[in-house]
Amino acid sequence: MKSENDNIIDDITSGDYKYGFVTDVETDIIPVGLNEDVVRLISRKKGEPEWLLDFRLKAYRHWLTMAPPKWGHLDMPDIDFQAISYYAAPGKKKGPESLEEVDPDILKTFDKLGIPLEEQKQLSGMAVDAVMDSVSVKTTHKEALAEKGIIFCSISEAVRDYPELVKKYLGSVVSYRDNFYAALNSAVFSDGSFVYIPKGVRCPMELSTYFRINAAGTGQFERTLIVADDDSYVSYLEGCTAPMRDENQLHAAIVEIVVEDRAEVKYSTVQNWYAGDAEGRGGVYNLVTKRGLCRGDYSKLSWTQVETGSAITWKYPSCVLAGRGATGEFYSVAVTRNRQQADTGTKMIHLAPDTRSTIVSKGISAGESENSYRGLVKVTPAAENARNHTQCDSLLLGSRCGAHTFPYIDCMNPSAVVEHEATTSKISEDQLFYCNQRGIPTEEAVGLIVNGYAKEVMNKLPMEFAVEAQRLLQITLEGSVG
Amino acid sequence: MSAIDQYINLFRENREAVEAHSAPALNALRPAALAALEKAGRLPEKGDEGFEKTSVEKMFAPDFGVNINRVNIPVDVAAAFRCDVPNLSTLMGIIVNDRFVPTTTLRNNLPQGLTVCSFAEAADGPMAAVLARHLGTAAPLDKPGVALNTLLAQDGVLIHAASGFRAEKPVQLVGIFNSPAPLLAARRVLVVAEKGSALSVLKCDHSQAGSSYLSSEVVEIVVERDAEVNWYDLEESNAETSRYSQLFARQAENSRFQGVAATLTNGTTRNEFSINLEGHNADCHLAGMAIGSGSQHIDNASEVTHRAMRGHSDQLFKYSLDDDAQGAFEGGIEVCPGARFTEAFQTNRNILASTNARMHSKPQLLIYNDDVKCSHGAATGQLDQKALFYMRQRGIPEQEARTMLMQAFMVDVIDSIRLESLRDRLRHLVECRFSGRPSGCADCNK
Repeated sequence: MKSENDNIIDDITSGDYKYGFVTDVETDIIPVGLNEDVVRLISRKKGEPEWLLDFRLKAYRHWLTMAPPKWGHLDMPDIDFQAISYYAAPGKKKGPESLEEVDPDILKTFDKLGIPLEEQKQLSGMAVDAVMDSVSVKTTHKEALAEKGIIFCSISEAVRDYPELVKKYLGSVVSYRDNFYAALNSAVFSDGSFVYIPKGVRCPMELSTYFRINAAGTGQFERTLIVADDDSYVSYLEGCTAPMRDENQLHAAIVEIVVEDRAEVKYSTVQNWYAGDAEGRGGVYNLVTKRGLCRGDYSKLSWTQVETGSAITWKYPSCVLAGRGATGEFYSVAVTRNRQQADTGTKMIHLAPDTRSTIVSKGISAGESENSYRGLVKVTPAAENARNHTQCDSLLLGSRCGAHTFPYIDCMNPSAVVEHEATTSKISEDQLFYCNQRGIPTEEAVGLIVNGYAKEVMNKLPMEFAVEAQRLLQITLEGSVG
Repeated sequence: MSAIDQYINLFRENREAVEAHSAPALNALRPAALAALEKAGRLPEKGDEGFEKTSVEKMFAPDFGVNINRVNIPVDVAAAFRCDVPNLSTLMGIIVNDRFVPTTTLRNNLPQGLTVCSFAEAADGPMAAVLARHLGTAAPLDKPGVALNTLLAQDGVLIHAASGFRAEKPVQLVGIFNSPAPLLAARRVLVVAEKGSALSVLKCDHSQAGSSYLSSEVVEIVVERDAEVNWYDLEESNAETSRYSQLFARQAENSRFQGVAATLTNGTTRNEFSINLEGHNADCHLAGMAIGSGSQHIDNASEVTHRAMRGHSDQLFKYSLDDDAQGAFEGGIEVCPGARFTEAFQTNRNILASTNARMHSKPQLLIYNDDVKCSHGAATGQLDQKALFYMRQRGIPEQEARTMLMQAFMVDVIDSIRLESLRDRLRHLVECRFSGRPSGCADCNK
């Protein structure tokens, strides 16, 4: 029994990454290195207005004064920021007008990823913005959305077409001074998605962005900005993959979300960047700042994430609950294996009365990986009757992995109730035995138990994603069975 | 310039005097302590990882005097007796600032197998070898607080239980601060429980009004195989007292250790517990109770490290904070790769009774092993409004109902204490504290 389990666990740590292909498209890469000229060059290449260049330069100058954060439970080598190219665009001089104009190789890439980018797949009813090497390649369903007044486009288009909106909200949630990687992103971000849902509109379909790093020696710095005006609703999905490469690639994104009165935003991520090989070579450093500002009364923001990829994950999707009665939710499944390291969690900052937050975090570690939950719950003096419940569980598969919990709880209001609970355990021998007894092979049983363990979070994903995420979880843990 | 520079300079200028008054075992550690301190450059500041709410640097920043020349500051020893625990006959010694004064009762009643003496006395007798062997083995100098204490400490208390000795009476250490000028006392305690011995130590801290004090305490506890040590630390000082206490325990196979810290009145306090479960089947219980009002600042931090198989640890910390009181709890459990079949639990519960009270809680788990049972829980809230309503409905005045509920809230920490008479005493003190009656020494024997 023991050795069989060990085999299963070994297998878990040796499953292959199936998104590891490289697409052979012409790429426009600027030389490596970072200085003010590079920032100016990026801005010029994108034909940006003066105010945005100023924003970038301010961010760059501030970045120079900062040092990379060291507090994560991560063993991360120093990144040479001068050895990275900060702009790589798939090689088309002009933006494509229709699908026919998109490089077929790129389309094939997204095909392999199973992204419903092509017209025939539009029936699946999902609007997709595909971002490859930092540049948005194609956004689907734009017209259907436009009828409702919904803006869903790449951030460069938004800068061109809706400068007032972008100017108003960009950097309003994550300031360029926020942290080292946020400052870097603010200086060099190349593209990303922009979403604006007007007052009272319920977005009729899931909005989705697929991110892919393709070119070697580049970093990806995309920026997503979502604004949900009063009484609106949107569900937004994000997926990420990258080719297999020996070197480490940097991904430092920013996601900003503004939620106005009674609006609701659901943000789901299935993150499957290349995680490096079994010896820990290569893989993406996923160093991301995600934050939502629930500015309106009774607004709601819900983060759901399934994290299976990346060599290093450093990410804390947060909710700033500034409107009365605002609700923040965070549901996370983080799987690490081989030599992966994840330090992820959330921040719930209660600024207003009657705010509520829920955190459910499920960590699964295997191989020699390190999986940490780090979360902050802060209740400020003004947050009367604030309520938080945090549940964070860790599951260990194998005796060489680590599962850690670092909750920070700051309470400054006597009427608030804040609770944190955490458990750490391995897969129960009893449950395995029970499954075996009923003829379920150990491999399948492990998958079954893990999926059951993660169910609470999976249920929060939109249907299309839930299926994919469940499959991903299974693939990740596959080979756990001989 | 960091606060430690003034102490480094002070030591450099007075090295001879400091060393002349100290036991050789203590002097032997000083070069390494000095090097460690210079390397660290500064003491932990507020916001450093592990020191979210308390700046040790700031505690040490004021210009405190150090009694280098061992000037005898008279203290009213009779006053100390007031805090004797009723019905608990103890073997009592007094620590006046940083000088250990054994009482005659202690000298005359020490049972065979138990030693309680100052380091200086130990160095001249058969205990010299024990002191040399164990001093500094549990407290690592790479912690700046330990290095600073090691640099300045001139005396300490050695408590040694010989192999197989099982104490009937607890040892009581009464710490008293009394000085005409602001004073820093580097207090040091070494407890060694040899194989199969059992021992309880009750330590209480008091400050006499009139000046401001800073206590730098390093307590090292070595619990050998099959031995048991219970350490109870009761702080009843005043608003002008700061305390930085670091306790380090090493536990061998089958050993048992209990550490309880109760903070009733104080100024600024940071208590650290670092427990190493080095032998198989070791058992550790930590508990903390903090009752804060006014501008009290109470910070407890724990690091329980399981290094061997089948260890068991349990932590329970409770805070009740009123007025502008600040509380912090940073708990830690680490389970090393080889420590299979570990069971480790941690609980933190807090009540905020006023709008200006603040609580920071950070219960952490670091697990490097899959065959473990670990959990932690933290909750911050208020008294159960329904229970309060129920009690008032039955004619209990609100204040009294609150006091009763607060006392009930603290009951499980008090109940975890293994000395019955101390439990009763603490229950009484907690009641006084919550009902607003003057607690502390003056009320002791009523």
